[in-house]
This record gives sequence, structure tokens and C-alpha cells, in this order.
Amino acid sequence: MLEFDAVRVTRGPFTLSADLSVPKGARVAVIGPSGSGKSTLLSLAGGFLAPDRGRIRVEGRDITVLPPGQRPVSMLFQDQNLFPHLTVAQNVGLGLRPDGRLSDPQRARVAQVLDEVGLEGMEDRRPANLSGGQQGRVALARVLLRARPLLLLDEAFAALGPALKAEMLALLGRIADQTGATVLMVTHDPDDARSFAPQTILVEGGVAHPPVPTGPLLDDPPPGLRAYLG
Amino acid sequence: MAAGILGLTRAEAGGAAAATGLAVLIGGTLAAVAWQAQGLAGLGPWDWRAVRFTLWQAAVSATLSAMLAVPVARALARRRFVGRSALVTLLGAPFILPVIVAIMGLVAVFGRNGAVNDAARALGLPEISIYGWQGVILAHVFFNLPLSVRLILQGWQAIPAERFRLAASLGFGPRDVARHLERPMLRAVLPGVWLAVFLVCLTSFTVALALGGGPRATTVELAIYQAFRFDFDLGRAASLGLIQIAICVAAMALARWIAIPAAFGAGLDADHRPTAPGGWRRVSDALVITGAAGFLLWPMAAVTLRGLPRIPALPPEVWEAAARSVAMALISATLALVLSLTLALSLARGRMRWVETAGMLPLIASPLVLGTGLFIILRPWVGPQALALPVTVAINAVMALPFGLRALIPAARTLHGDYGRLADSLDLRGFARLRLLTLPRLARPLGFAGGLAAALAMGDLGVITLFGGDRPTLPLQLYQLMNSYRMDEAAGCAVLLMAISFGLFWAFDKGGRLA
Repeated sequence: MLEFDAVRVTRGPFTLSADLSVPKGARVAVIGPSGSGKSTLLSLAGGFLAPDRGRIRVEGRDITVLPPGQRPVSMLFQDQNLFPHLTVAQNVGLGLRPDGRLSDPQRARVAQVLDEVGLEGMEDRRPANLSGGQQGRVALARVLLRARPLLLLDEAFAALGPALKAEMLALLGRIADQTGATVLMVTHDPDDARSFAPQTILVEGGVAHPPVPTGPLLDDPPPGLRAYLG
Repeated sequence: MAAGILGLTRAEAGGAAAATGLAVLIGGTLAAVAWQAQGLAGLGPWDWRAVRFTLWQAAVSATLSAMLAVPVARALARRRFVGRSALVTLLGAPFILPVIVAIMGLVAVFGRNGAVNDAARALGLPEISIYGWQGVILAHVFFNLPLSVRLILQGWQAIPAERFRLAASLGFGPRDVARHLERPMLRAVLPGVWLAVFLVCLTSFTVALALGGGPRATTVELAIYQAFRFDFDLGRAASLGLIQIAICVAAMALARWIAIPAAFGAGLDADHRPTAPGGWRRVSDALVITGAAGFLLWPMAAVTLRGLPRIPALPPEVWEAAARSVAMALISATLALVLSLTLALSLARGRMRWVETAGMLPLIASPLVLGTGLFIILRPWVGPQALALPVTVAINAVMALPFGLRALIPAARTLHGDYGRLADSLDLRGFARLRLLTLPRLARPLGFAGGLAAALAMGDLGVITLFGGDRPTLPLQLYQLMNSYRMDEAAGCAVLLMAISFGLFWAFDKGGRLA
């Protein structure tokens, strides 16, 4: 369970307030016009932005002042999810130990998650020698390995083509099932929201609204969202 | 960002500590100088003459360098020939060439027994002397002509290829191209070039020490040295130090007004060249390039030819000095790298602008002023002999900071922008972050900055002369050999020093590229 308890953040003319909760294990799309504050909502949960007031809790634990790496959170960004100078195994292994010094059982565990995402035998490759889809799989393997209760996707996979994106979302769904993680996914694409997320948080007019069922919201969008979706 | 929650991050705390240390070191040293100076009343007509000479020679050197650089840069911009890129690379070499080695080379060519005076005698012309103001200016042009050519060449290459194409389609001749394209570019670029050279020449010490001196060719830096070393008049040395700082600060203030960037749009072609007119211009370009290359290479070749065979027979004290200098250069470079990396990483987080200002402080404090100040502060506890090596190492590290920061700040900003959030989200911190992210990603700029710092420290003949010594560095050893007219050994020593300086730069830079 993820809770935004009377959270408010102001940066110059921009404000965002959020007072909502997301049930454990839910898959939620975050949708709204450009600049409305979708990424801000994820940054608050991920620890990259401090709220001016309010508390943020995950499974009842207050995480408002925890630094990003110590939150029960995994985050995937639009790009730069891998360190280009490290091998696939090192990139994934950072999910177990940030100092990269893995024991043999940990190494075996890395190989195992790479198998699970379909990258067996690619431990020693560097990201530059992988396709876009394979790079996405490496990042997802690390998510699987970390098995944090909350998974945040900030337009991850937005740069991939439709078929590849569908493949990544399917893999993401399997991983979320396996780890029981709650998923928040910022997306521009209503089809992604429909296919992946039964619930949607609408961010509009400086407010992140509590999640509502995705289908009805998109079938009959409020005026601001209607203008954005076209 | 996460730091907004917890206050300062480790990187920022490190940067703040380094910047504070630097500000205290430089500010404290300058304060000691100011306190010791007790005003400017102690300065006599000799000292004011040094002030006038410093400004005059810097202005003349800058003007000559900029004027002579224009035809060379134009010829290099519009001609293509075998060895052109090697020559352009070579133009960067004087920056890390030890000053005392270049002086050796200039003496070999322009000195009493040099080729130029031999030719003058053969033709019945009057001899020229390399000692005095003309020698100081000659050496400054030797060092700064290549720098100016590179800067102006960048200006030429920044003119979009489309402009030259347009000019060709409108049937412009060379005069029209000069009027409509080249002169506007030069008007934008030349003041900056002139000022860059002027600034370098203001704090010139080694050149003045070796070739200048006397009432007509003493710079303020040299006057500080003489007041300190010969008269042991600390008050006068400190007063001169204050003057030197005032000159540097005024020149830096000028730099804020003058450094106007060229107002040309970006071109699409990376490697294009302006139309290359034929006829007499072809011949004159060839002469200009040959002349510039000769002016740069001849002195170096003269030293190398004379010195290379002498290296095996160099006395043991030269090798001892070489080992000492290499160790000092490595320590200086390490210190400079640690300091500039700490400052750059904390600046990359973008919240503490004053840290950058602290990193640029060395630009207003000349090495001799810092040396004088440190001596004033430390002399109750330590004798000058014991200070010589540590103070030299420290000052060389500080002096290399602005170059290190220039290389590292943009790279650290890119690193933070690209991978800062990912590293934070994976809890990559402290030493692990340094080892797994920072060092591998910044290896190239670190190698380059370390190479510059090591080479500059290796070739420096500055503050060590204040304290002199029974334990000389290699440049000081070379200077002592020259002063005792052991010119063969001096030439061997010069080749050794030049080889080690270039070798250190090469090794660091290569190491950074391979990592």
C-alpha cells in the first residue's frame, strides 16, 4: 500500500498536491497533460523531490525523509537505466549490492534472473552491444532481483516501438506478479494504460486525483484530459 | 535532490570543505602578504619601474603574438598539406613545455653563439642580444604565438561553411571575403586572444629571471624574488606582492568585459575550409607556415641535437633531481586531481556557486606571491630550506586547479545529469560510487587534467627559486647548470626535462583514454 497523506509541493509557479492511496499489488497508470506533474508525483515517491508538507508511506512505513536508494522502491527512467561502462551482470548485480562485490550465491542469483528475462549467457556484454529491447530486459532483471514493494516507471519504454513495448509490459506484468509489487506507471499512451493498468491516477490542474478504474475514465474523460487525449 | 531532504550530501560536504580550505589557504596567504606589506610606502622608483615594465612587456607580447598569429591561422585554415594536423597538435605543445627548456632553445638559436648571430656576423650586420627586454618579449611570443594561432584558428573554423559557399556564389574575391567574413570574426576573437596572452605574461617569472633583469627588464614577479632572495626585505616583497595581486585582479575584471563570444551561428560541416586563393597568396601562406613552424621547431631541435648525446654522461645529481621532480610532480598532480574532482562533483549538484569561485582563486594569486605569503606564515616554525619542496608541491597543485576544473566541471555535470538519479535510486554511495561510477566515467578528463598538472609541476621553475636549495628540482638544476656555463650538460638536462614532462602528460592522458 502506497499513501500520499496531504502531500503538497511548490516549485515557483508550479504546485502539486496529492492525497490518495494505492492498494498493495495494484497496477496504476499515471496520466495527465504535459507539465501537469506526473513525473513530480513519481519523484516524490522515489525520493528525488521532498514535499513541502504531508507524509508519504509505503506499507505503513513513513518514507518521506529517506534517501532514494534506501526506499522500498525500484525506479525505471525513460533512458539511462544502465551504466554503459559496466557489464550486464554488474548492472544487474548492483541491485543486490551497491558496492558490486557479489558472493558466489549472489552471482548465481544474477545469472538466474537473467535467464528469467531471456538473457541467458549475456552476463559479460556491455549495454552498447545490446538491442533496445535487451537493454530494457536487463533493467527489468534488476527490478526482479531487488524485489522492492513499489515499482515506479517514468515513461520507461516510451522510446521503444509498439511491439517491443508490448513485450516489455508483458514481462513487467510477470515480474510484478512474481514480486507482488505495486506498480505506478507514467504514460502518454492511453492504450498502455488500458492494457496494463486497471486503475489510473489523473494528474491535472495541480492535483493528483485518487485512482479510478481506467476504462470508464478513458471512455468518458473530464474536459482537461479530453483536450489532451484529442 | 534527495540532498534537499537530508541537508548536504557527502559530495557537497567534500566540495565545501575543499573550497573552504582553498579559500583559507589563498585568502590567508594574501592576508599575510597584505599585513606584512604595511602599505606601499616602502616601494622605490625601481619597483615602480618594474610595474611599468610588467604592463608594457605584457601588452607588447600580447600585441605581437596576436598580430603574428593572424596570418598563420589564416594560412592553416585555408590550406591542406601533409603534416598539417601534426603541426596543429604541435601548437599545443608549448603549453606543457618547461619554460626553462624553451629558453635554452632560444639561447641556442638567438644567443651570442647562435645561428642567427652567426649569420648576422657573416653578413656584417650588428649582433642582437637575447638578454634584456627583447629576449623577454621574444620568449613570450615563442610561448604565446602557438596559443594565439590555435584560438584564432578555432574562430576561423567557427565560420559556417555555408557563409563561404555563399561568398563563392556571390563571386567574392579574397578582399571581399576578408571584409565580410574574416574581419568581423577577428574583431570578435582578437580581444579575447590578446587578453589571454596579456594575463599569462603579467605573471611571467621564469622568462624574466633567465633573460631579463636589470633596470630595464624586471617584472614584478622578478622584483619579488630579488627583494626576497637578495635583499631579504620581506616588507618590500610583500608590497610588490600586493601590486601583483592588484594587477591580476584588474586584468581579470577586464576579462569580464572583453571576452565576447563570436556571433556566428553553428555550421553543419565539421571539417570544411575557406576558399584557398592561388597566386602570390599561395606562396605567402607557404612562407608563413614554414616560418612559424621553423620558429617553433628550430629552438627545440637545436637543444635536442646538442643535448641528446649528453644524456648518458649526465652527472648523478641530475638524475637525483629528476627522480625528486618526478615524485613531486606526481604528488602535485594527485593533489590537484583530488581537489578539482571534489570541487567538480559538488558543483555538479549545482547548488553552491561559491565553490566554483574558490576554484578560480588561484588565478589572482601568482606563485611567487603565494610562496612569499606561505613563508611569512610558516617561518616562525620552519626554515626556508625545509619549506622549499613542500611549498613548491602545494603551490603547483593549486596553480593546476583552474585547468583541472575547466576539464572536469562539464564532465561532472554531464555525469550527474545522466546517471545521478539512477545511482541514487540504487543507493550507490561513497567509495563504491567513486569506484563503480565516477572514476570510470570521468577517466578521460581526469587523465587529461592529471597530465596537465603533472607536466606543469614537472617543468615549473618558480617558487623553488625563492628558497633555493641543496635539494634542487630538475628545472632548478638545469638553471644552475646554465648559470655556471656548463652548456653541454645543461642541454642534456633540458632534453631529459622535456622528455619527462611530455612523457608524464602522455602517460596520464593515455591512461585516461584506456580506462
